[in-house]
Amino acid sequence: MVVKRQLEPLLWLLFSAGGVFAALLMPSLLLLFGFAYPLGVVAPPSYEHLRAVLSHPLTLVVLFVLCTSSLFHWAHRFRYTLYDGLQIKHLNEVIRLTCYGGAIIGSAAAAFLLLRLGLS
Amino acid sequence: MKDRITLQVARYRPEKESETTFEEYEVPYTKDWVVLDGLNYVKDRVDGTLAYRWSCRMGICGSCGMMVNGEPKLTCATFLSDYAPATVRVEPLTNFPVIRDLIVDIGDFMRKLVTIKPWIMRQFEKPISEGEYRQTPQEMDEYKQFSMCINCMLCYAACPIYGLDPKFIGPAAIALAQRYNLDSRDQASSERNEILSSHEGIWGCTFVGECTKVCPKHVDPAGAIQRYKLSAALDSLKSFLMPWGTS
Amino acid sequence: METPIYTEYHPRWLRRRVSTYWWMQRRSYFAFIVRELSSLSVAWFVVYLLMLVNAVTHGEASYRTFLEWSAHPRVLLLNVASLFLVVFHAVTWFSLAPQAIVVHFGGRRVPGSMIAASNYGAWIVASAVVIWILVRA
Repeated sequence: MVVKRQLEPLLWLLFSAGGVFAALLMPSLLLLFGFAYPLGVVAPPSYEHLRAVLSHPLTLVVLFVLCTSSLFHWAHRFRYTLYDGLQIKHLNEVIRLTCYGGAIIGSAAAAFLLLRLGLS
Repeated sequence: MKDRITLQVARYRPEKESETTFEEYEVPYTKDWVVLDGLNYVKDRVDGTLAYRWSCRMGICGSCGMMVNGEPKLTCATFLSDYAPATVRVEPLTNFPVIRDLIVDIGDFMRKLVTIKPWIMRQFEKPISEGEYRQTPQEMDEYKQFSMCINCMLCYAACPIYGLDPKFIGPAAIALAQRYNLDSRDQASSERNEILSSHEGIWGCTFVGECTKVCPKHVDPAGAIQRYKLSAALDSLKSFLMPWGTS
Repeated sequence: METPIYTEYHPRWLRRRVSTYWWMQRRSYFAFIVRELSSLSVAWFVVYLLMLVNAVTHGEASYRTFLEWSAHPRVLLLNVASLFLVVFHAVTWFSLAPQAIVVHFGGRRVPGSMIAASNYGAWIVASAVVIWILVRA
């Protein structure tokens, strides 16, 4: 009970941080990689340039922070949406486990993939 | 312009029905009449059995809150001219149990209000001989907005979270707790923290923001809640990173 | 709490249930749910980004394959829809920030419009940096 109480404010802080990073970085990144590059509106970056940018330690750190905080942002928000929007309170524990568990697994995957790129 | 307007009023008479029924009343219409004037006309001249609450008729007592065309409003501050010539639908405030006709029970809120200790509490009391606790205008500005609440319950009617989970403490109670937390004369924020930091407290709020939209006194309860979330979360972080205390 | 006994002077109260479709009953409730569901787009972009990182790790050929795949109509549709939702998230986030963040400077309270403006400013700067880094030869 005490752990749960301490946890909720920290989860909210993670949610807020994720919201800020996602809001700042995702629109431009998604505009480029999800729309402009695939359609050729802007020429996609050459492989060498993109790899150099992505493998840079600073980029790796920024991307890791972005991925992790955004996943926890999703987890927190989606958990409450399911709880309130669908009124499925009896599945409360399952929802919490799935959402935050998913965020933890996703963050681990992000760490692994980014590290692998950085080290290769 | 017609000089009559129709009010479609929700009735609930527990002695003879178990559901809401609607009755239509035609009342006079002038530009300066509010919905409350229409209801008073109905009660005086048409149907004396209509039950509803009102008092000051000037937007300060908080008694006359009802749903007008699905929106929570103070009926003494809602002009018929905003709806004329269409029918105006008047129903009791949502998210509260209906006792009769347009009267709801706000006992839940009254009990919750006490739990957040809406009075000034001090750790160290000054003796009376030392005079009053003084406060600068800037210090008063810190909490003044949150002190304007008239307990009209429109925010509770607008809050979907309160509707879905009646255990949620609710916007007005948290705003009032903030009014005391931010008051420089009060020294008991940590005592209120116990109740406010529960799931039924601030953490149940998902910042829908409807409460602030419907508040007739511009209290901004949503802002009060988010500010408290931030300060409570930062305090939690500090005690998590430095469990030995920071003083 | 003991069950209230309903007597002649304490009749049965009417307790109205909240509909499962409460969020469709008002425009602001609907906008709120769309805002909350934008978190799904946020999560999707993380997955998409990690797929890109994975593709780049495996060499130029897999990077090209990834670009071709991202041009598929279904993927494109998903990403454009996500773009709208992510922008909606950003706009609502920055415009609500002033209600949560109260800053005092020089004894006076910084007006909410300045908080919002600085948030939007940071957004523009961050976007400019990202675009400048990536749209170079």
